[in-house]
Amino acid sequence: MTATAFGVRPAGSRQLAGTATLLRFALRRDRLMIPVWVGVNALMILSMPNTLENLYASPADRANLVQDTAANASFRALIGPVFDDSIGALTAWRVGVYAGALAAVLSMLLVVRHTRDEEESGRQELVASGMVGRRASLTAALLTAVVANAVLALLVTAGLAGQGTAGALALGLGLAGVGMVFATLAAIVAQFTESARLARGLTAGLVGAAFVLRAAGDSASDDGSSVLTWVSPLGWLENLRPFAGERWWVLLLFAGAALVQGAVAYELAGRRDVGMSFLPARPGPATGRLGTAAALAWRLQRGSVLGWSIGFFLAGVVYGGLTDGVADLVGDNDNAREIFERMGGQAGLTDAFLASMVGMLGLIAALYVVASVLRLHGEETSGRAEPLLANAVGRLRWASGHLTIAFGGSALIMLLAGLGFAVGYGKEVGPILGACLVQLPAVWVVGGLAVLLYGVLPRAAMGAWGVAGAVLLIGWVGPALDAPQAVLDLSPFGHLPKLPGGGMEWGAVLVLLVLAVGLAAAGLVGLRRRDMTS
Amino acid sequence: MTKAITVSGLHKSFGRTHALDGLDLDVETGEVHGFLGPNGAGKSTTIRVLLGLLRADSGGAQVLGRDPWADAVEVHRRIAYVPGDVTLWRNLSGGEVIDLYGRLRGGLDKGRRAELIERFELDPTKKGRTYSKGNRQKVALVAAFASDVDLLILDEPTSGLDPLMEEVFQRCVEEERERGRTVLLSSHILSEVEELCDRVSIIRKGRTVESGSLADLRHLTRTNVTAELAGPPNGLSHLPGVHDLDVQGMRVRLQVDTDKLDAVLRSLSESGVRSLTSTPPTLEELFLRHYQDDVPEEVAAR
Repeated sequence: MTATAFGVRPAGSRQLAGTATLLRFALRRDRLMIPVWVGVNALMILSMPNTLENLYASPADRANLVQDTAANASFRALIGPVFDDSIGALTAWRVGVYAGALAAVLSMLLVVRHTRDEEESGRQELVASGMVGRRASLTAALLTAVVANAVLALLVTAGLAGQGTAGALALGLGLAGVGMVFATLAAIVAQFTESARLARGLTAGLVGAAFVLRAAGDSASDDGSSVLTWVSPLGWLENLRPFAGERWWVLLLFAGAALVQGAVAYELAGRRDVGMSFLPARPGPATGRLGTAAALAWRLQRGSVLGWSIGFFLAGVVYGGLTDGVADLVGDNDNAREIFERMGGQAGLTDAFLASMVGMLGLIAALYVVASVLRLHGEETSGRAEPLLANAVGRLRWASGHLTIAFGGSALIMLLAGLGFAVGYGKEVGPILGACLVQLPAVWVVGGLAVLLYGVLPRAAMGAWGVAGAVLLIGWVGPALDAPQAVLDLSPFGHLPKLPGGGMEWGAVLVLLVLAVGLAAAGLVGLRRRDMTS
Repeated sequence: MTKAITVSGLHKSFGRTHALDGLDLDVETGEVHGFLGPNGAGKSTTIRVLLGLLRADSGGAQVLGRDPWADAVEVHRRIAYVPGDVTLWRNLSGGEVIDLYGRLRGGLDKGRRAELIERFELDPTKKGRTYSKGNRQKVALVAAFASDVDLLILDEPTSGLDPLMEEVFQRCVEEERERGRTVLLSSHILSEVEELCDRVSIIRKGRTVESGSLADLRHLTRTNVTAELAGPPNGLSHLPGVHDLDVQGMRVRLQVDTDKLDAVLRSLSESGVRSLTSTPPTLEELFLRHYQDDVPEEVAAR
């Protein structure tokens, strides 16, 4: 731990020896990951102007859109405020936060992958024994993130230049800025944990916090001026105002934050030994109480269940707290008030807001269920399942331990989200809890698909992430873009009743439940029949 | 004697690769059986079929009298398995893993657990990720040797152990034999196999090429003979089973099929023997004979 005990530091230039080689190596390892993430992100952004032109052909349509959404706090919380009705500004508004979050997650994954992952696996030792400077690995990891974000910025700038060069440049640089802020943040977090999984989880939590802060700030203010918005790097992105009178100085915030965080990461990295961390693992018990596969599964997953539970409860509290304000803000706008009164007045409005928030949490719970189901896959491919299954543990019993946590855990986090709403909003406790729980059949269909993929096509198990991603994309972006019903129907969430406010539809819910059970059962049959891979 | 493991005509393919191509294996109850073969010969695949982790394409396998695929859980209750590359859960201590494995088998002998931890010099409080390769193996070995089971299946279990620990391992296997347990030991360390095993099976390219006690196997191969004679040797080259004959004056070196040794000795003594050394083939020679591709494949009598 006290690497600086001798106060000796290698000469400056040698600290970076080997960086170029490591960078090339990292880019080679990520030759699929970076193009796919950046490509999907860029595609989502660059297809937006076209979609918007089709949907809102005339300037009058766009002006209406701006007026409606600017007045709607729930829309602002989800997407952010609109600053102008040009196609460019609407594009930046519509995709900005999500593209920024995507860039943040990719950057975070890249940095953790090339720093803490390498140390944890022991590969870093081998690398460090070569002609590699003390700071080379961290530098190469950050440069990898720079490359990915620079490519994204370039694609966005070039692709949107038709809407206005300055705006395109601002959006591109802003997205890259968000990416680098979280890349350097991940570099700091990676100094504190010995486990890459924990580093990823903590940084993902910070991305989520940035999203929630911005959402809270934007629902309270319609021009991004809330303090909460200014605390979040995702809020900086909207306050850069691409295509709407760019505030170039906001870029300094990104640069400043990235530089300061980067410096902190280097300082921390220089003060510790390779493979060690500032939060070292304590010794464990000499004897254990674990006696069943289910207990082991719980032991392995309890940390992540706890993290998700806290996140969902807090999200419920935050969004619950926003709910009353939604109606008040809309009340100032005559046009919007008229619309919403037709929708059922104040009650209809808060219900609509609550339904969209609960629906969003349901979509995110789909990510939890996929991650939890795929722990089975991780256990199998890492070789830990094999000796375990060589004991008197049947495959189904082993799998059911993890699946109980996957399916039961998703019920738990949705329940906690509902309780969070109860704390934050305090009214309609029963209906909101019901709305949270009614998401579960759709969540479980996604989980069932993950079980099916894992059980029957283990090589394609990671495709479950693709399923969750598609469901998320349809749920978030689909309705706002008036996507065709056939596409919306692909997502199980599209078939859920809109609660609270709408009527309960037992038929659809039961069909989804049966489907989820059927998919999971088919997956388990496949698992029992196939060879275990190693 | 009853058989602990019987395998006959086992086939298993992965895509176009024939990992097992009619493999046979018999392990008697109470013996330590060596399982030898070059990398990729199908040792681990066989073991994973025996553990019910893989399903054989055809052929029969019985472990402790049961079908390892259909009755996996019942079979596993009486088995302890040590893989060649143990991976542990990063946040579980070694002691927790040992106890978990013990409970998931037929149970754990507390006294023996403590004794084994001492003998293997294992720190059971460390977390999975902080163990070195050798120490991870020790966790699995302690769990296996302390478990109350009838059959131990060890797949190259000593990789990463230092020579002192290798010695402890060998003592432990001998103790298992004394307690009447059966051990299937897949290994590359021939001295270990020679030291421990009652019988061995050598496999190559997914099939068994030799099987039997070491004495049986030696009998099937060649003995090295070096002799100083009183007179010139006579007619040695015409004797059946003589190979690599090298005569330099009165000095003779040759290899002879062990079952033809008698005739060679008689011929030598006709010339008058001044000194004679005869060395049985080492396991290594047995092994190499089957490993080298240029040696024609022959299936010895089993």
